[in-house]
Amino acid sequence: MLTSQFLLLGAILFCIGVYGVIARKNAVLVLMSIELILNSVNINLLAFALRNGSADGHTFALYIIAVAAAEVGVGLAMVLMIYRNRRSIALDDLSEMRG
Amino acid sequence: MMFAATETLSPLAGGWFLDNAWLAPFVPTIGYALIVLFGKRLPKKGSEIGVSSLVASLVVAAGAVWQWIQRVNSAGEEQFVSPVVRTWTWWQSGGVEFTIGQHVDGLTVIVLFVVAFISTLVQVYSLEYLRGDRRYTHFFAALTLFSAGMLAMVVAEDMILFLLGWEIMGLCSFLLIGHWWEDGANSRAALKAFFTVRTGDVGLLVGIAILFFAANEWTTTNLGLSGFSIRGISAWALSGEPNSTVILMAAVALFVACIGKSGQFPLHTWLPDAMAGPTPVSSLLHSSTMVVGGVFLVARLYPVFFAGLDILGPSANVIMIIAAITIVIAAALAFVQSDIKRVLAYSTVSQLGYMMLGLGAGAWLPAVFHIFTHAFFKACLFLCAGSVSHSASHHSFDMKKDMGGLRKHMPVTFAAWTVSTLALCGVFPFSGFFSKDEIIDNVGGNGYTFFMVVGLLGAFLTAAYMTRATYLTFFGAPRGAAAGEHAADAGHGAHGAHGAHDSHQAHDTHDSHGAHDSHDPHDSHDAHAGPRESGVLITAPVAILAVLAIFAGLFNATPFGESWEYLKKWVEPRAVVVAEPHAGGPGESFMFSVPNAEEGHSSSPCGTETPKEGICYAPVVNHAQFKWSKALLSLVIVFAGIAASWVLSAAYYGRRDPRLVGLTQRNAVARAGYRFLANKYYLDDLYERGVVSGISGPVARGAYWFNQNVLDGILHAVARAARAVAQVVYRDIDQRIVDGAVNASADVTKTAGATVQPIQSGRVGQYGALLFATAAVAALVFVILNT
Repeated sequence: MLTSQFLLLGAILFCIGVYGVIARKNAVLVLMSIELILNSVNINLLAFALRNGSADGHTFALYIIAVAAAEVGVGLAMVLMIYRNRRSIALDDLSEMRG
Repeated sequence: MMFAATETLSPLAGGWFLDNAWLAPFVPTIGYALIVLFGKRLPKKGSEIGVSSLVASLVVAAGAVWQWIQRVNSAGEEQFVSPVVRTWTWWQSGGVEFTIGQHVDGLTVIVLFVVAFISTLVQVYSLEYLRGDRRYTHFFAALTLFSAGMLAMVVAEDMILFLLGWEIMGLCSFLLIGHWWEDGANSRAALKAFFTVRTGDVGLLVGIAILFFAANEWTTTNLGLSGFSIRGISAWALSGEPNSTVILMAAVALFVACIGKSGQFPLHTWLPDAMAGPTPVSSLLHSSTMVVGGVFLVARLYPVFFAGLDILGPSANVIMIIAAITIVIAAALAFVQSDIKRVLAYSTVSQLGYMMLGLGAGAWLPAVFHIFTHAFFKACLFLCAGSVSHSASHHSFDMKKDMGGLRKHMPVTFAAWTVSTLALCGVFPFSGFFSKDEIIDNVGGNGYTFFMVVGLLGAFLTAAYMTRATYLTFFGAPRGAAAGEHAADAGHGAHGAHGAHDSHQAHDTHDSHGAHDSHDPHDSHDAHAGPRESGVLITAPVAILAVLAIFAGLFNATPFGESWEYLKKWVEPRAVVVAEPHAGGPGESFMFSVPNAEEGHSSSPCGTETPKEGICYAPVVNHAQFKWSKALLSLVIVFAGIAASWVLSAAYYGRRDPRLVGLTQRNAVARAGYRFLANKYYLDDLYERGVVSGISGPVARGAYWFNQNVLDGILHAVARAARAVAQVVYRDIDQRIVDGAVNASADVTKTAGATVQPIQSGRVGQYGALLFATAAVAALVFVILNT
């Protein structure tokens, strides 16, 4: 069935996203990885909506797209501010903790 | 016992006012609360509430009198006129239900009317008399509550409400006597009145308790009433049931209360000092409220006294003995007073003695009638004295220094005073004649000849001291303030012969410095204008009371025959045996025997033997046959008193006859007698030095010893024990348990913090890894659990 391919695609995208969030140092790339995760979730929702013949999944997908847009807006603004203050967007350098 | 009539008798008339007589005390009580809450904000400072609430009370009382007369008229000739009783449950305690309610019969309505009437007039009088007083609102509040207390006592259905009214009066008398408390003498007088009356009040509590525990079982079984009910107690006392010792103790205890309240010997000493209060208070207190309370108690619970003290028995009882002593000693004291109000105060004490003598000798109706007439003329006399001091003598009450010759300046006051004096002396046809002569006549008629002689002696003394007071106030040459001098200018030196006496009583020769100050705006006016007649708010009540002092005697004018004896018909309870109807209304009482009052002795068993098949509410009393010869004897005695006193007064105070002036200095016997009287038989000294300091000295020393040894010992022991306990608590509980727990929790927190510290690295990637790892584990668990 076509659904399983969709789910497989979602899982792959999710794993790539998780890898990006954990491994990348660049804040912009981390944000992009988060976008990947969100979109993998969207694909999953659409796949299940297709299987169950319900429109609920579509609704949620649209909703997540809107949330993701807002999140990227806020995230990029923060990255821009960090850059202005520190001339760097490397996440590892942001830690001021001593422990 | 003859079964003269066993048919159902005619139903008794009732009416709204009889059913709602309880409103008479209730309205002034509400009025009191309103004055206290809002009085100061009102245009008339609360006096309008006081006056209007008492007018309302007077309307209720008058309606009740009218409807009671109709009720008596609707009854058969020999039918018992049952009282109008209503009760409400007040509270319950231990299975005993305490009720509050009204008991309206002839005695209630007559006293209710007199109290409401005189209270109203006194309030109107006070509007003028106390104008500008600094505690005007408080005065009206207390005066209104005072009347309410008396009215509540009068309508009381049971002894609890009776006691409540009695104590309210005691409290208000304290407040009113001490109205101008800035002057130390006034507050001392208030305290003295309060404590003296309280001494007697112990007797009332004891008496009520004895009656309740003795009578409750009988009344509950036979009548369905509690042992506090006045009807129940009355019926029980006449049922032949009570143990004679118990009822004797109850009667004596109650009479002790009456001695305190009604100023009988030896507790009469508070009454003259109560003159420290404003004159309207004296008028109210001495005529219809407060002091009449004791007489009313005896009249109300007459069966208890009748059975307990063997009234009408062959020997003299305690009431008569005390009353006879009171009549004579109080009248004698009135001769040495220079304060006009004190003369009247001792006169009141003496007249209360007459009432008590009448009650003690079985002359119930004449005694109650004397309450009625005495209220009018004594209130009038006090208001006249107040009028004199208010307008003529510059707030002084000293007859010797500040009065004299006032009859020309104050025609209305003088006329009212004269009329009331003649009524007090018992001159025909003024009201006092009909009541006082009846008492003396009945005391003699019941076989107590000695006490009749005492009564006649009292009449002689009364006529003499009142003539003296009248002469000093209204005749002779004006002196002091009455002559236009300022009160302060009349120094003690002007009357050297009385210097010692004057300084002894200096504190009560002026109404009060408080009043004096508050009247300052008038002072300059007074000093220039001299004595003048008082305003209409003062003279109108005085005139009304004077008219009643003339005519009140006609309500029971025994000399004019049976048809004039209205009070006997309307007020005296009929001594018939009744079968108390449990279920039926008041009209369904049955009558089993008929009294026969014609021959002076009666066939009704009430009071003399145990009634069979029924109960009595009132004992049978005799009525002496009126004879003009006896009346003429007493009138001759009265006129002799007036004449002798007039001659002596004119000689002593008017012409300063050298044979009389200074007699108390020259003659050893006269000096001793004068000093004995001037010191009031040393009773005050006995009470203050003997009783008060005798008790307070040892008690104070004992209390100090107790304080030092017992109380301090206990205190020290407690302190030591507390310290030992505290040490144990500190070492074991505080240090080990509480602090241990706190330290242990801190250690746990520290360890846990150190353990999880490495996780908080600040590296976002690590956080993300942990997050996803947790999510993955959770997902794994979720999958496993769902398969």
